[in-house]
Amino acid sequence: MAKRVSLFVTCIVDQLFPQTGMAMAQVIERLGYAVDFPPDQTCCGQPAFNSGYRSDARTVARHFLKTFEASECIVVPSGSCTSMVTHHYAELFRKEPETLARVEALARRIFEFSTFLTEVAGVEDVGASFPGTVTFHDGCHALRELGVKSAPRRLLANVRGLELREMEPAEECCGFGGTFSVKFPELSTAMTRTKIEAIERTGARAVVSLDPSCLMQIQGALSRAGSPIRTLHLAEVLASR
Amino acid sequence: MSAEFDQKIRTTLADANLQLAIYTATGRLKAARIATVAPDVLPDYQELRTQANALKRHAIENLDHYLEQFEANVEARGGHVVWCKDATDVADFVLSLAKERGAHLIVKSKSMTTEEVDLNERVEHHGLESVETDLGEYIMQLAHERPYHIVAPALHKTRYQVADLFTERLHIPRETEPEKQTMIARATLREKFLAADIGISGANFLVADSGAIVLVENEGNARLTTSAPKIHIAIAGIEKIIPRAQDLAVFLKLLARSATGQPLSVYTSFLSGPRRPEKGEIDGPEEFYVVLLDNGRTRLLPDRGKRQSLYCIRCGACLNTCPVYRKIGGHSFPWVYSGPIGAILTPQFMGISHEPALPFASSLCGACGEVCPVKIDIPKLLLELRSDVKKSAASETADRWERLAFKAFAWLMTHPRMYELAGRMASAVAPSGDGGWIRTVPQALNFGPMKAWLAGRDVPPPPARSFREMWRRR
Amino acid sequence: MSRENILHRVRTGIGRGAADAPAPAPPVRLRIPEVNREERIASLLARVEALAAMAVRSCDPAGVVAELIEGKTVVASNAPFLAECGVTALEGVRSGITDGEELRDLCATADCGITSADYALADTGSLVMIAGPREARLISLLPPMHIAVVPAERILTGLDELFTLVPNPAEVTSSMVIITGPSRTADIEQILVRGVHGPGKLAVIVAG
Repeated sequence: MAKRVSLFVTCIVDQLFPQTGMAMAQVIERLGYAVDFPPDQTCCGQPAFNSGYRSDARTVARHFLKTFEASECIVVPSGSCTSMVTHHYAELFRKEPETLARVEALARRIFEFSTFLTEVAGVEDVGASFPGTVTFHDGCHALRELGVKSAPRRLLANVRGLELREMEPAEECCGFGGTFSVKFPELSTAMTRTKIEAIERTGARAVVSLDPSCLMQIQGALSRAGSPIRTLHLAEVLASR
Repeated sequence: MSAEFDQKIRTTLADANLQLAIYTATGRLKAARIATVAPDVLPDYQELRTQANALKRHAIENLDHYLEQFEANVEARGGHVVWCKDATDVADFVLSLAKERGAHLIVKSKSMTTEEVDLNERVEHHGLESVETDLGEYIMQLAHERPYHIVAPALHKTRYQVADLFTERLHIPRETEPEKQTMIARATLREKFLAADIGISGANFLVADSGAIVLVENEGNARLTTSAPKIHIAIAGIEKIIPRAQDLAVFLKLLARSATGQPLSVYTSFLSGPRRPEKGEIDGPEEFYVVLLDNGRTRLLPDRGKRQSLYCIRCGACLNTCPVYRKIGGHSFPWVYSGPIGAILTPQFMGISHEPALPFASSLCGACGEVCPVKIDIPKLLLELRSDVKKSAASETADRWERLAFKAFAWLMTHPRMYELAGRMASAVAPSGDGGWIRTVPQALNFGPMKAWLAGRDVPPPPARSFREMWRRR
Repeated sequence: MSRENILHRVRTGIGRGAADAPAPAPPVRLRIPEVNREERIASLLARVEALAAMAVRSCDPAGVVAELIEGKTVVASNAPFLAECGVTALEGVRSGITDGEELRDLCATADCGITSADYALADTGSLVMIAGPREARLISLLPPMHIAVVPAERILTGLDELFTLVPNPAEVTSSMVIITGPSRTADIEQILVRGVHGPGKLAVIVAG
């Protein structure tokens, strides 16, 4: 078992939600891992890739590869950013066999946070305590590209005092979609309103997810609507005692 | 984004009744699909998808072979194959045949391919009457609209709107009960069926080893269209070919389930050639034609990745599951095909300049790819088309600022110190929000993406320190 | 012109020569489950009923039919089985028609069409009708009611068995139709209405 873990906190957590990154580090350290933060890290390049600018995305991806080349095991508080590396870097470097080999090697060492806990660390109970009712939002890339469905639920099931109430549908997109959220703002927020209605129907006081960007979208709309429901990254719930 | 696309999206979003209608209808179809492909109901669902994908891929990779085989088998059974490169070819063929046979009335069963080539308008322009007979399509024809949805054409119409249409166009007393409205259509269209000279259908599948076309439907109008008139013309895209009749055991199990959540649709017709009086067949058409239409399809073949767009069997499952379609509906889309499949077919058939924003009108949630019965990787194709749009010459000027922004983004993200500095500067100028989320920003900051975001969402307050700063201080 | 043009574009697009042999197709996938006769009958009846059609098993199919068609004008197909079990001899039933025009006119005005079926599919509750001297296309289509009398031994497990027994329907008929329930639509507000174009009433009688 790799006892050393490198954090890739993602640009959005670094710049907007540092508490999510700190919570993730805390949970991992409590499990006995030595945690480091490669200081040259920035972004995975997904915004450029999803916007059609593949050459710019490739530039950023190269930087990412260099930054994390030496890390044995990388943990990410985002399904979407993880999937960018594991599922889309290969497309970017299709015509560069050497880089492709490096991408493939790296893709085997990078894990979305909940998957890291359940599959690498082999833990489902991190000793967390969080009284109250929450609901869980499946981030699309975590769910459909990485196939993460049960891991976060199993982790939440072991949190003392926490009751998980599933929303219906849990699997429909929150409406964020990266630059989609600002290219089609009315459409994007209309999708979020539907998501929020599903959240509200559960009666939960908080919505938990693996992706800070979904949470930003949902919280942004909740806040605008004056809703008392708050959003939490899974790491923040699991770090609570 | 074209003003038209933008306007249609806004109008649809602002119509509360329409929003409810789209969301409810797609929600029902979606739930029905999920129930009929559940593991306890159809344990080999995933295997069937894999096989369907392999068959479609094989058929496309050997398309010329199967088209020729299909043609030979149709001719051997007394039918005729007509090759058409575009809409004009199709209309010319139908019009000349109608003229030769002295035909005046055409009945049509549902076909997206004929929508593609505007067949009704083209033949009606030459004095023929062409009547849609699928109830939803009939309503659309009366309303002069194009289908809202691949399998539920009139999904957006309420019974009251149908009542108005029937009163206005059929000159009958107003009737608002769907059951009675349906019977009005039955009676009106029954007369057309019995009087029609030509029946025009689409084809869900072209079966190469049989020279047969397969039609899948619930109403019986396709059966009537192909049985009652003396002449049957089936119009199909060349990509509809499958190798063998036996492969239908795979496709039929997937099609109706994915479309409407039925294990099989009410009528599945397997039609090969005209009536065979020498074999004692009593009824059926005397002439049988299959139009094989290109209309841009061959343009998709050279790219090995993108040609999978041609695997589509038009089930509509991707529309029902798409959170974007469920908000903007079918008429916001710039061409006959709507939803995720429309977002990948339209730019490839019509060219990316037709509506460059179309591949971007997706949150890339991947739900479409997950439900596709033939496993078309729609999200991946959307990403490729986005890249194609940005590589186009038109993008050089249209996206000037965005291109610069992403250049700057790439530079910043490869210069960690400058990235950190930029982050600090941004949080210095941002309003603090007093700990809460921010609803308004100073005028100087309220433009572009920030303005768009703030249109419906608050912004997170900048944290006192970035993660990297916090980490260094630990 | 268009033919050569399209085939040329296809070949160029996929990189094949006109004389190239096709790649081997993926193997046919047909899986026939083991289901005994009684289970097939039970499944067929249950599925047909679930489709809002009438389903009965009877040793006296003509008796059942007689009740269903009382007072109706009826056209029956030339399936020998219908004659064997006495259906064509029932009062008011027209049968033995071989002229297309005559059949069409009768079907257009009849209250009910009676057919047998070449096969039935147990897992979906379907009837398989092969057009020929025995079965016509319009009898199961034009009248508002369709009655099918099916010998129990013709019930197959499903599509896979059908396409195993009839690997290429085009060799036996110009028209094979699989009927699964009464004609229906949900095109207005997704409200289910039966009998939009085809028969709104369907009765399947399993004989034996």
